[in-house]
Amino acid sequence: MNGGADLGGMMGFGPVVSEPDEPNFHAEWEARVMGMVVALGAAGQWNLDQSRFARESLPPADYLSNSYYEIWLKAATKLMVERGMLTEAELSEGRVITDPIAVKRTLSPTDVPAALAKGGPVDRPAQMQPAFSPGDSVRTINIHPESHTRLPRYARDKVGVIDRVHGHHVFPDTNARGEGEQPTWLYKVSFTAQALWGDRAAPGDTVTLDLWEPYLRPTP
Amino acid sequence: MHDHADHSHMSDIEARVRALETVLTEKGYIDPAAVDAIIQTYETEIGPRNGAHVVAKAWSDPTFRDWLAEDATAAIHSLGYASRQGEHMQAVFNAPGQHHLVVCTLCSCYPWSVLGLPPVWYKSPPFRSRAVIDPRGVLADFGLTLPQGTAITVHDSTAEMRYLVIPERPAGTDGWSEDQLATLVNRDSMIGTALADKPV
Repeated sequence: MNGGADLGGMMGFGPVVSEPDEPNFHAEWEARVMGMVVALGAAGQWNLDQSRFARESLPPADYLSNSYYEIWLKAATKLMVERGMLTEAELSEGRVITDPIAVKRTLSPTDVPAALAKGGPVDRPAQMQPAFSPGDSVRTINIHPESHTRLPRYARDKVGVIDRVHGHHVFPDTNARGEGEQPTWLYKVSFTAQALWGDRAAPGDTVTLDLWEPYLRPTP
Repeated sequence: MHDHADHSHMSDIEARVRALETVLTEKGYIDPAAVDAIIQTYETEIGPRNGAHVVAKAWSDPTFRDWLAEDATAAIHSLGYASRQGEHMQAVFNAPGQHHLVVCTLCSCYPWSVLGLPPVWYKSPPFRSRAVIDPRGVLADFGLTLPQGTAITVHDSTAEMRYLVIPERPAGTDGWSEDQLATLVNRDSMIGTALADKPV
């Protein structure tokens, strides 16, 4: 979606400010939110792309002004309320009011090392050959879905070159809509900076994006 | 833990997170000890020292470097760094005249398995918006000016491939061991907003 998360090429946010010796967390609640959100993955109530969509579909003003763990908190809350796992009243009162729903699994402390080591690979076996090969010229499609996509605005309807075939991966656009993984070929596509940004960009500079086959068309 | 003013400023969100953890625990969706274990893993085990080891090995072992270029996932996993947000890896190699910079404009994709949790700046709008359109301006914010004629490739992490920059090996390190070399590999040099440290 054309939401607050699609930031590539926006202006006016000021300089990048890095904090020397930055801690992982700036408050205890940030650590709890990170740990809870990761642990909740075991419940199996949403997939990676639904989780991303829950974050990027926050109102843009909220997305841009909230800290990252606030965004995680709001998105996870939204997903759980949508699925009937908890209610707003339970959150504001801090106590259980409704019965829990059945979830896939509760992550135990002894399962943590294995769960983190396993992660969530998204490569899937392929039946078809990739449509494109390194060196092929492609044009990205021009789409503006209100649902999830990983084709950023700045790279739509642009001509680039296939740099590498990464593999056959889950397609986020359908997976986020609950329409299944529909795995497809993923490519590294290289664009000249000038193709994306015009003459202001330095000749010789490039930007690469990892894009799925449905985003790409052969150029005539 | 903080003074009163700070506490009341944060009290809303702190209270909400506490309430959330209580409810999730009582409903059996999470075990707080598992949450502790996850936090502890990223506080103590998984961080940029992992990536520094990968880089130092790439600098000292040409066979490993080739493997990293060909199949970074397998090469990095062979060192024991296989975990969440490192399932599918790509290594990109800085060289004279070629610099690489990694960003995720759409969210905050970052190679947790080799760099740990991302810093705030990596997740924030100034970096995510500008890295793709004005990479030299971003590098200047970090005090980094590249030699004239250096081309920059920016990698926008739009899928589940996670990028690790292999910075150039600093001069004056001939004969250094992998462990010695790893001490020169700072986190930002593996994102592309810095170079590796020079030997003192």
